[in-house]
Amino acid sequence: MPPSLVDADSMLVVDVGSISTRAMLFDVVEGRYRFVAAGAAPSTAAAPFLNVSEGVRAALDNLQQVTGRSFLDGSQQLIMPAPGDGSGVDAFAALFSAGAPLRVVVVGLLEDVSLESAKRLVQTIFGQVALSISLNDRRKPEARMDAILRTRPDLIVVAGGVEGGASQSVLKLLEAVALACYLMPENQRPQILFVGNQALKARVEATLGGLAKLHFAPNIRPTLEVEQLEAAHFQAAKIFGLIRSQQLPGIAELNTWAKGSLAPASTALGRVVRFLSKTHGAKKGVLGVDVSASATSMAAAFAGQLTIGVYPQLGLGQGAPELCEYASVASVKHWLSHPITDDQIIDYAYNKSIFPASLPVTPEEFDIELALARQAMQSALRLLASGFPDGVAGPGGAMLPWMEPVILTGSIFARAPNLAYSALLALDGLQPTGASTLVLDQNQIAAALGAAAAVNPLMAVQILDSNSFLHLGTVISPIARVRPGVPVLKLKMTYEGGQERSLEVKQGVIEMLPLPYGQTARLQLHPLHRADVGMGSPGRGGTMRVIGGALGVIIDARGRPLKLPDDVGKRSELYKKWLSSLGAKQS
Amino acid sequence: MIAPVTHIVPVTTFRRERILPVPGKILVRKGQKVSATDLVAQADLHAEHLLLDLARGLRVSPKQVSQYIQVQEGASIEKGDLLAGPVGFPARRVYAPRDGKIIMMDGGQALIELAGKPLQLKAGVPGEIAELVSDKGVIIEATGAVVQGVWGNGKVEFGLMSVLAKSPEHLLTPDQIDVSMRGAIVLGGRCENAEVLQNAEDLPLRGLILASMPGALAKVAQKLQLPVMLLEGFGARPMNNVAFKLLSTNDRREVALNAEAWNPLTGVRPEVVIPLPSDGYVAPRRDAETFAPQKQVRILRAPHASQTGVLLQLLGPSLLPSGLRAQAAEVRLESGENVIEPLANLEVIG
Repeated sequence: MPPSLVDADSMLVVDVGSISTRAMLFDVVEGRYRFVAAGAAPSTAAAPFLNVSEGVRAALDNLQQVTGRSFLDGSQQLIMPAPGDGSGVDAFAALFSAGAPLRVVVVGLLEDVSLESAKRLVQTIFGQVALSISLNDRRKPEARMDAILRTRPDLIVVAGGVEGGASQSVLKLLEAVALACYLMPENQRPQILFVGNQALKARVEATLGGLAKLHFAPNIRPTLEVEQLEAAHFQAAKIFGLIRSQQLPGIAELNTWAKGSLAPASTALGRVVRFLSKTHGAKKGVLGVDVSASATSMAAAFAGQLTIGVYPQLGLGQGAPELCEYASVASVKHWLSHPITDDQIIDYAYNKSIFPASLPVTPEEFDIELALARQAMQSALRLLASGFPDGVAGPGGAMLPWMEPVILTGSIFARAPNLAYSALLALDGLQPTGASTLVLDQNQIAAALGAAAAVNPLMAVQILDSNSFLHLGTVISPIARVRPGVPVLKLKMTYEGGQERSLEVKQGVIEMLPLPYGQTARLQLHPLHRADVGMGSPGRGGTMRVIGGALGVIIDARGRPLKLPDDVGKRSELYKKWLSSLGAKQS
Repeated sequence: MIAPVTHIVPVTTFRRERILPVPGKILVRKGQKVSATDLVAQADLHAEHLLLDLARGLRVSPKQVSQYIQVQEGASIEKGDLLAGPVGFPARRVYAPRDGKIIMMDGGQALIELAGKPLQLKAGVPGEIAELVSDKGVIIEATGAVVQGVWGNGKVEFGLMSVLAKSPEHLLTPDQIDVSMRGAIVLGGRCENAEVLQNAEDLPLRGLILASMPGALAKVAQKLQLPVMLLEGFGARPMNNVAFKLLSTNDRREVALNAEAWNPLTGVRPEVVIPLPSDGYVAPRRDAETFAPQKQVRILRAPHASQTGVLLQLLGPSLLPSGLRAQAAEVRLESGENVIEPLANLEVIG
């Protein structure tokens, strides 16, 4: 990129999370945009502050200490644009994930059609469906209305009616919504998003317009067979921001600084994933994963088509007891490498729910934390996959489609004891298939770039292409139906200097081939026993160019789905072996 | 760095907000003295409604209904009251099926809010109504000892405290709850099984203050009618020494146990209050502090969960036994042992 194409614009992005608020500075260095530094402070959305501004200012103070650059003037206002004296910034963007999940009522005609799509739409923001109303609902209108009143929703999503389809039934369902809104105090009425038959817009406006703040988005179920959530998601994200601005003092001020571009963190991560999907071609998907205290969020895109999922019930903090219940304690326990009882897992989850910011100090507690994270990813992937477009390329079944790259963000990855832990956590929780690439968002800036892209797309592109993200390594995951110990793959890696290294990989192991960071090599794959390495069909091999990551090139031949031994002692030994294979030094 | 605070205070004057989730009716006046269990406000949060089809009942078109209406919007009605009619011969009439209030009449239908049990808000602490917050709630000023908990089952009670816990590590067993404690709020130490909770409910006790209990009992405790509050968390955690000393020296005193669920977003937190005479001084709100040497702290997580000590120095990023690195501090425990704890696992006691 010639320097002349880059405006010398610095950018500040603030991310208000449920635990921490981070301020990230990006600027032009040697003609290209770079991530400069980040400052962090505890978030202050909760009591006793009840205003996110305190945390934002503390994070900016921290960033100022790191960079020596001041961002606020004497009246605590953002210095923007930068006056040229080394203070302030030229542009600002903000994102948020703080606060409780939105309480949402979904209304739709058919339970497995429009209502299902409406529920999936709610999952694209940080929302929880508290009540569903459909045509099959046998309750009287007043009973539905009472249910809505009891729910006290932040948002009501109304779907139903394919394009050119049902109208009267949809309007009939709206009666309970209208009555409930009429009975609520004006300042407590929910936002309403209509995503149904577009021919009804005028009549929906006439029914609900005067009673609540009404929004429209394209039909999420234009035909029985087709689901289109993307446009509705961006509208829902805007409404989410609006609701948060009303709920959390200080968010509105951030949105003013950001000139209205404030975005939910999941939407921002989705932007990055969609962009990468467009640039990486249509053959594989791109996956972004964020495992945090408040939720597990995932974004996947195939040829630019985005699927987002935000699952508060799979968070590692407040949602931890629900995660144990949703996925079962036995599922969580199956990931452990220490002898820990069911009760200890449940106790841990409940303690995390009351102290979500706290950290595991003992190896046993850290083991539980990692087990919860692995299970959260597994459960989230299953939910997300239900929204993938038809016919995505992959090994089929319940296995992850081909994905490249996989972006790992969130503190559980970035703050892991070493890179081997981060990689193994991702390999277990996501179980990539074929050939993939693990990218660690070590500075936790992926979602921030998504927010920044709305203001300065070039900056987001250049940073994504920079070394701010740590390429952990290309991962080859052969899938074969053989017993452990049976060879499944022969490979030969030819380095830039012409040296060669050959390896026979057996089922059940992780191997790491050394390849210096950034160096390229040619990798020849010869699958055995009809192992599928993602080169077209089971048993088919080929040659690919690989780039060395921090962990070289990783071969994960443990099989898919990954089956761990029931005996915790054996699991413990395997984990030690796998971490060692990935380069971790064992104590 | 901002530090969360947990209040364990021998005597203070403090204020607590009691706010309805929706507008309602205030039941007290400014300056009024209240006990913890007195109702201060109520609202029809869970009112039931009935949509009555008057047109169908009268067998007329919806447009014709208005000429036969006998009650106005907003009117209170009793079961059997005439709502509409008579029409025709023999005369057709529509009567109120239940007690309630006419909310709306439109399109030949009447929307009736049925009389039901309102949401009732208790004072939670004994004190004086310092302020009325429009139609939403009150602010109560109270004086006494305060010990905040970390989990509560949502119930509120007031009564004599009976101290069963002999030490911070005390294990409360089912047989320790006997008839001599009926009507008391018991300070019970750790609880290990559901039978303890069931005995407390059956006796009944008025409340249970526990150091900890298994997470598996959380749902059992939530169904109980008596308030249950945890001071430390879940598992087998002992009571912190500071809270134990304060509570155990107040045996047979009246206490208010407000076992509200902890909501960090609103600041509502479970607590036990021991009413004491006021000197008129209102303690400044100190719900957040900064970590600094000499501050008294409590540790939230294993291996030193529930232990209290004094922060000796801030260490910056430090390696923990789990392999994680985090901002940490050196803490001198009451036992004299010095330990390194991440700041994320510390609360200032104040």
